[in-house]
Amino acid sequence: MSTRGVPAATRPGGAARRLPLTLAAAALAWLVMYLGNVPLWDLVVYRVAGLEPDSRLGSGVHFFLADTVKITLLLVGIIFVATIARSFLSLERTRALLGGRREGVANVAAAGLGVATPFCSCSAVPAFIGFVAAGVPLGVTLSFLIASPLINEVAVVLLYGMFGLRIATLYIGSGLVIATVGGYVLGRVCPQRWVEPFVYTTTLHGAPVVAGQRLSWPDRVALGREEAGKILRKVWPYLLAGIALGAAIHGWAPTDFFARAAGAHNPFAPLIAVLLGVPLYSNAAGILPLIQALHDKGMAMGTLLAFMMSVVALSLPELILLRRVLKPQLLAAFVGVVATAILATGYLFNAIL
Amino acid sequence: MQIKILGPGCANCHALEARTREALTDLGVTAEVTAVTDYPSIVGYGVMSTPALVVDEHVVLAGRVPSRGQLRGLLAPPAA
Repeated sequence: MSTRGVPAATRPGGAARRLPLTLAAAALAWLVMYLGNVPLWDLVVYRVAGLEPDSRLGSGVHFFLADTVKITLLLVGIIFVATIARSFLSLERTRALLGGRREGVANVAAAGLGVATPFCSCSAVPAFIGFVAAGVPLGVTLSFLIASPLINEVAVVLLYGMFGLRIATLYIGSGLVIATVGGYVLGRVCPQRWVEPFVYTTTLHGAPVVAGQRLSWPDRVALGREEAGKILRKVWPYLLAGIALGAAIHGWAPTDFFARAAGAHNPFAPLIAVLLGVPLYSNAAGILPLIQALHDKGMAMGTLLAFMMSVVALSLPELILLRRVLKPQLLAAFVGVVATAILATGYLFNAIL
Repeated sequence: MQIKILGPGCANCHALEARTREALTDLGVTAEVTAVTDYPSIVGYGVMSTPALVVDEHVVLAGRVPSRGQLRGLLAPPAA
C-alpha cells in the first residue's frame, strides 16, 4: 500500500494543480495519434512491408490495423469525456428534474436524461421503484429506461467510427424518438395495477444521496479513466474478432449475397432482423463489426439499425430484472411497443436512406 | 459498527463488499458487514444507484465503487 490509495481530497495540492496540464497533454497525444493513424499504417503496410494497396491482402491488413487503432482511440476518448460529463448528473438529480412535469414534455426530458445520466443496468429496478414511488409517472419512467441502454456511448462511438456522423446522428435522434413515444404510449395504455403493488407501498425514508456532491475534479478524471479502461477490457475481444471478420469479408465474401437476401426491397427483412435481435443479447461492440460487414455486402442500413437497436434495447436479462417490478401484461406491452417502434424506424430508414 | 452493502448482487456490489472488507482490515476495525439485496429495503434507504454503502444506518456512498483508500477515509471517522 503506497500513496496510491489516499483519497484525492487529502493528497497534496500538486497533483490537482497539474491536472489541467496533464489533461491537455493527453488530449494533444490523442489528437496526434488519431490524425497520424492512417499515414502511419500507409507507411508500415505499403512501404515497409511492401504490400500492394490494391491487393486483397494489402488492403485487408491495412483496414484491420487502421480500424483497430481508430476505434480504440475513439472509444477511450469519448468514454472518458462522456463519463466526466455524466458525473455532474445523478439518478437523484434526474428524478428531481422529472418530478412534477406534464407527461409528454416529461417524456422528452426523460429520454434525454436517460442518455445523460450515469446508469448501470443493475440499477434498473431500484431506479424504477425510486422514480415511480416518488411520483414520476409510469410512462415517463419507462421513457428513461428505454433510452438508457438504447443510446449508449459505445454504440454511438462505433457507429460514428464505422459509418460516419450522419448515421450516428440518425441513430441518436431515432433512439430519442423511440424512447419518448414508446414511454408515452405505455403510460397511456397501461393501468397502474400492471405494476407490482410493492412498488407503490415502498416508503422512501432516509435522505436521498446525491452521488455527485462530493466529487472533486481529480475524482471525476479518475472515474473517466476507470470507466474507459473497464469498457475497453470488456469489449476488446469482440472488437478484434469483429474487425478481423470485417477485414476478411472486405476482400473475400461474394458482394451481392446480402443485397439479394436482405436488401432494401425485401419487405420482411426489418421484421426478421427485429425478431432475431430481441432475444439476442450482446453489447454494441460485439454486434457492430458484424453490422459493418453485412452493410459492406449490401444489407440495407435501416434493417441493420433495427437489428442493432433490438439487440441493445431489449434483452432477456434486462426483462428478467424488470419482471420484478412489472407484471407480465406490462412487460409484454413494453416489449411490444419498443419492438414496434424499432421496426417502424427500420422501415423508415430503408425508405429514406 | 454495522456496515451494509446495498445492491442486488451485481459485479459492482461484490467489488464494493470485497473492498470494504479490505479497508476494514487496513484500519484494524472489526465490523459486521451484511449484504442487503432486496429491492424494497434498498430503495427504503433512498438509494437508486447501486451499489451503496451504509454505515450505522447512514448512506455514505451510492452509485460507484470507490478506491480502497477512499473507503478507509469513509470508514475511519466513526471508528475513531
